[in-house]
Amino acid sequence: MSATVVIDDLDRRLVRAMQAGLPLAPRPYHAVAEALGVAPGEVMARVKSLLAHGAIRRIGAVPNHYALGYRANGMTVWDVDDDAVDAAGGAVGALDFVTHCYRRPRRPPLWPYNLFAMVHGKDRAEVEDKAGRIALLLGGAARGRDILYSTRILKKTGLRLAG
Amino acid sequence: MDELDRRIVNALQGGFPVVERPYAAAAASLGIDEAVLIARLEHLLADGTLSRFGPMFDAERLGGSFCLCAMKVPADRFDAVAAIVNALPAVAHNYERAHALNMWFVLATQRPEEIDQAVARIEEATGLTVHAMPKEAEYFIGLKLVA
Repeated sequence: MSATVVIDDLDRRLVRAMQAGLPLAPRPYHAVAEALGVAPGEVMARVKSLLAHGAIRRIGAVPNHYALGYRANGMTVWDVDDDAVDAAGGAVGALDFVTHCYRRPRRPPLWPYNLFAMVHGKDRAEVEDKAGRIALLLGGAARGRDILYSTRILKKTGLRLAG
Repeated sequence: MDELDRRIVNALQGGFPVVERPYAAAAASLGIDEAVLIARLEHLLADGTLSRFGPMFDAERLGGSFCLCAMKVPADRFDAVAAIVNALPAVAHNYERAHALNMWFVLATQRPEEIDQAVARIEEATGLTVHAMPKEAEYFIGLKLVA
């Protein structure tokens, strides 16, 4: 589990101010600073600190998968030896077509899988081809596998932040 | 989307600078003007190619709790169970997936104990088992969706 970063009230205001995105103005951090009534240097220092502590993963463009033509997404799941799963997860996560990669507990007998890797493709054939590349990478460490496609979005809300 | 749009989407999925004029700095590395980059980003956001431009937060590190959960829901009760699950504010998103475990949702709460409370409420209201699958490790992602 990732460690919680200790943030104060100004950090929280900063997160809220940038949650919808960075202003598309030549001096965006200055625009945020002005909205919050603090110095621009303070905003930039705090953004750098949040980046350094992993509370901001990265800053940049977030593409819409669907708009880029990635119409199929499959949750590929793998039953990997416990001794091998962390090394395997590191290698799978590094593949450029894997957008999330986690270790989770098995729930036997219904659910024997402990490694989850989300794969995006133009269609299911591409997702399956990419899953095949993961299978090659895992080799004998993987005892079982499946791909779960989403068939319906039942609910989707935006990210809500604590505090 | 033209060639320049593609270059912008591919180059700016991370590493946007934290300096006084970051668009100017990013534009310079692409060999274009600041105003052109800003105009292109406005357009890419407006037409939905980008869902956001800015910092991507790790809500868990900011103090939230999350848990992926799965349920095996009988087909004839699926919509009724979805309504019960979706009614809880703790349920951030919920997907139907093609598997015996056919309902997959993410709980997002401010405090860890609220995850267990939400699981208990769903089990009580539906009479079904909720299989909680909390993240035990997250592996580094070299994320790039090629445009």
